[in-house]
This record gives sequence, C-alpha cells and structure tokens, in this order.
Amino acid sequence: MAEAAGLIEAHELTKRFGDTLAVDHLSFTVEPGRVTGFLGPNGAGKSTTMRLICGLDRPQGGTATIGGLAYRQLVRPLRTVGALLEARSMHPGRSARNHLLFLAETQGFPARRVDEVLDLSGLRAVAGKRVGGFSLGMTQRLGIAAAMLGDPRVLLLDEPGNGLDPEGIRWVRNFMKQLAAEGRTVFVSSHLMSEMAVTADHLIVIGRGRLIAAASTQEFIQRSSERSVLVRTPDPARLGELIRGAGGTIQQEESPDGVASLVVTGLPAPRIGELAAAASVVLHELTPRLPSLEEAFMELTADSVEYGDRHVPASGDRHVPAGGDGRPGGRSAR
Amino acid sequence: MSPAQASSAQAVGAPALETVTPARSSWLGFGRLLRAEWTKIRSVQSTLWSLLAFVVVAIGFSTLVASVISHDWNTPGNHPNHLRLVTDPTAVIFGAGLGLGQLAICVLGAIVMTSEYTTGTIRASLLAVPTRIPMLSAKALVFAIIDFVVSAVTVFAVFFITTAILRSHVSITLGQPGVTRALIGAILYLTVLGLFAMSIGGLIRHTAGAIAIVIATVIVVPPLVGLIPGTIANHVHGYLPTVAGELAAQTSQQSGDVLSPWQGFGVFCLWTVVLLAAAGWLLVRRDA
Repeated sequence: MAEAAGLIEAHELTKRFGDTLAVDHLSFTVEPGRVTGFLGPNGAGKSTTMRLICGLDRPQGGTATIGGLAYRQLVRPLRTVGALLEARSMHPGRSARNHLLFLAETQGFPARRVDEVLDLSGLRAVAGKRVGGFSLGMTQRLGIAAAMLGDPRVLLLDEPGNGLDPEGIRWVRNFMKQLAAEGRTVFVSSHLMSEMAVTADHLIVIGRGRLIAAASTQEFIQRSSERSVLVRTPDPARLGELIRGAGGTIQQEESPDGVASLVVTGLPAPRIGELAAAASVVLHELTPRLPSLEEAFMELTADSVEYGDRHVPASGDRHVPAGGDGRPGGRSAR
Repeated sequence: MSPAQASSAQAVGAPALETVTPARSSWLGFGRLLRAEWTKIRSVQSTLWSLLAFVVVAIGFSTLVASVISHDWNTPGNHPNHLRLVTDPTAVIFGAGLGLGQLAICVLGAIVMTSEYTTGTIRASLLAVPTRIPMLSAKALVFAIIDFVVSAVTVFAVFFITTAILRSHVSITLGQPGVTRALIGAILYLTVLGLFAMSIGGLIRHTAGAIAIVIATVIVVPPLVGLIPGTIANHVHGYLPTVAGELAAQTSQQSGDVLSPWQGFGVFCLWTVVLLAAAGWLLVRRDA
C-alpha cells in the first residue's frame, strides 16, 4: 500500500474541448522514486492531462488517480500532491507571503511553514512584495514554493523551467532529482527534449492527446529509432561487400581523414566485427550510434505535431514502440 | 516507503512538514477555509479601496443631501421632502447616499469572485479545496461578515449625521415606529447585495461583464421596468431583486409598494440564494 501511495494512474482519460480532442483515451502510470518526464509537442495535451489529474478539469471519460484516489477525494490535498500548473496562478496585487499563507491556512499548516518554503525557493527577501512585480522566473519559484507547502509525496510540474535563467533551470533540475531520490513521485512536463534527457529517468511521450511511448529514457532512445553503427576501415570496398552480403545497408560513406567511415544500418556492431575478423579486414573503429533524445522525439512525434509544417498522411499503421493503441481509424493527422 | 522519506525534505533545504493536527472534523476544516478566505480578501487592495469608496460616498452624499434639504427647508418646492421625512424618514436619509454608495459594494462583490478567475488564483484555490463548494461557502461567509460590519457602521453613521443636520426641522429618532427596523433592514440589504453581486461574479467570471450586469440589475433595469404601465409590470417591478430588497430600508410599506419591507427583503434573499446556488453548481461543473 505504501508503494501505491505515490502512484499516479491515468486510465482511458479523455477530454474534449468543443471539436478538439485534447486528451484521447490516455492511459499511463507514473511511479514514485524517479523523475518521469511528460513529453510532447506544443498542443499535445500535456497541460490538460495534468489539469485532469488535479481535478481542475473534468474528463469526458476515464479516470485519473493518485495513490488510488481521485484528487477530489484527498482530504488535505496539498499534503499529498504539490502542483505547479500555469505559472500565473496568483493575484498580482497579493504578496508572495500572503499567497502562500492562504494556501497554508486552507490545510491547517502553521504560518512558519510559509517561511520554510520561501527559504527553499529563495524568495524570502521578496516575500512581502506584490507578485505583480515578479519576473516570470520569480513567479515560477513561488509556484514551486506553493507546491512544496505540504511536503507532498507527489509533485506535478508543468514546464517548471519556463522563464528561469540557466542557474534557475539547474536548480529546478537538481531539486526534482533530489525529490525523486527521496522516494517521491515527480511528474514533469516539458517540450524540451534536451532538458528531459538530463533530468528524467522515465518518459511518457504523447502527441495529439494520445500515448506515443512510455519507457525509460534509455529505452526510449534505443527503441525509438533504427540504430546505426559507425565503422572506420582502410578497406571500405571489401567491408562494404561483406556488409551488403550479410543483409546490412550502408547509409553513407565518407573519408574525411583518409580513413573511410561507413554508417551501417541493419546489422548489429558485433556482427560487423565478426564479418570483418573472418575476412581479415582491418577496423579502426566500430561504434554503435544512438540517436539523441531530440532526434528520437522528432521521429516519434513527426506525424502528431498539431501545427507542424509537414503533413504526413494518416497511414494509421505507423509503428509505435510502446503503448501504441491499435484502435482503427484513429484521428487523422489533420 | 523508504526510511529516507521521513527526513526527506531536509536534504533539499526544506524541513519536512511536521504532522499538523490530524483534523478530521469538517467544522475545523471549514474554520481553516474561513481563515484562508479572510487572508485572501484582506491581502488585496481592491477590498480596502472599494469599502472606503462605499463609506465615503454613502456618508458624504447623505450629508450633502440632508444639508441641501435643511438649507432649502422653507423653499416652496421642498414640500415633498417634508412629507416623505414624516411618512418614511429612512427612505429619504438612505435613498441618496446608500443608493450611490451601494455600487461600491456591487463592484467589490463581483471582484471578490471574478479576481479568482482573472488572476488565475482559482487554480491555487481549487487545488487546495478540490471539493470547491466549501471554498465558495467560506468566501461568501467571510465577505458577508465584512460587508455586514462595514454596512452597520456606515448606516448608523449616516443616520446620526443626517438626523443631526435635520434636527432643527424634524425629529427622527430610533424610537419612532419602524426606524430601528429600517436601519437593520438597510444593513441586511447591503449585506445581501454583496452576496448578490458575488454570485453574479461567480456566474460570469469576468470582472467587466459581471460588474456591468450587477450595476444594470441594480440601477438601470428597475427604472426602465417602472416605465411600463399596468399592474403586471408594477408587480414585475416590485419583485426585481434590489427593488424588493430596498424596501427593507423603509420604515413602512408605502402606497405604491407591492411588498412589505420584510417581504421585499425575503424576495431579494430568494434571488440571491438561487443565484448563489447556480454559481455553486457551475463552480463544481465547469473546468477551472
């Protein structure tokens, strides 16, 4: 039961705004003890999903639970869940301290808890200042302070790095990792792959409100794209022959420094090594290459970008690495 | 969970929240919400300015009108005021100052609710109180108490200032029939008016729209409906929220009034309860 306490579960979540299906039968699980990145292009439904989990929006179908309970069933919700949703969720005329104070009062937290989270977020010096004068970064810090008020075991952070300077981004990243290391559930959305690559242990990728992939960050990179192998050899002609003979494909060939480089797909690196050894072909380098998270992401979401410039015909049978639903006649790529 | 959990937050620089009073009692829970709403309403300047506007306009304008009546007492055209001051003194005393000052209450009532939406505070509020209705109830109660206290002070101030100004011409005391009841009625009317405006704020969710509708309901629609001849129109007019509600500030039912003071106040309360319930119903159903 204790392990389930921090578990976020979405089951067949569906949210429609007018004609737009923002979240489409979305199911996933977010586990405690690690940072789970929630990725997707703009308009993919990340924020809406987070709002559904927090009970701010009502789904047309499906359920979202935290530790088995719907958000509305939580007795003192800030004790369980800390959420940073849209940055501007505060009255510009109210001071940072009073914003935190009223939130603390709703849960019966002592006023000194407000000072603690002000210190935590580095806002102590401006606590009495009106929020309206805050930069986006300071607003973001206040939002994080509010999320931490109840010392919650579950954190939902929607684009927490928005508006932060590099130092602030690093602070948030380390903060999230720390919270996860303490056994908390950290669910963080982002459209920045590079940021997630260094922050998240696990990724949930959505596009057009539907699940595209759910896997560990490592797995995600490996599964999401065809892997290639870089081979450098002084005898490219002979090696090329062997590779093609074994069913491999040579993507490109170049020799910038006199030693030819071949990018091979369709054959794993050990197999290429064996082929070369058997034929006594000298290899200078044999490196399996992984696509960057960025590339993996672009590839996965290529036909689910809401406002993309490429229009991929809705083939409907595109391979998805994980969690892809097989429902026929999915929404067209329009 | 892991043992590290207990001392967890220390590591990130925030002491873990000590387990605070495991308060399960819903009454204690509602008390927390009252405190929170009090913090909210006192920590924004619009509250202070609106209430100040109400007090200054109500007292200032009442004083002005009473002074003019007193000054022109022997002017022939002033006779209707003499008559009204005898038959229904509080209607004259409150008519001008509170009639204008009440608009500040309307604005504040609307803003108390719409500012939650326009500033996005509603998200923080509802994350803390996801069942929503207790938040609305606490807000309504806190605002009603503030409104009641400020209105009580203002109504009594207006009464004593204006009666003092008019003393040389006409004696109006709390002991006269219906006068104390009218004062209480005026205070209650202003209190319910705030809730009426708040409920419209909750329904409309936009400051400008909500204020426009409240002001229209309070001062634009009644005289227009009053222009329509016939008994049906007269009854419709008499049952309009503030037309009915304002009767509570009269010492007695006048010849043209469809309802008695308390009946009128009851009708106004009914309007307000229905609108508040609608606002609550929508609050629970709408996305925040």
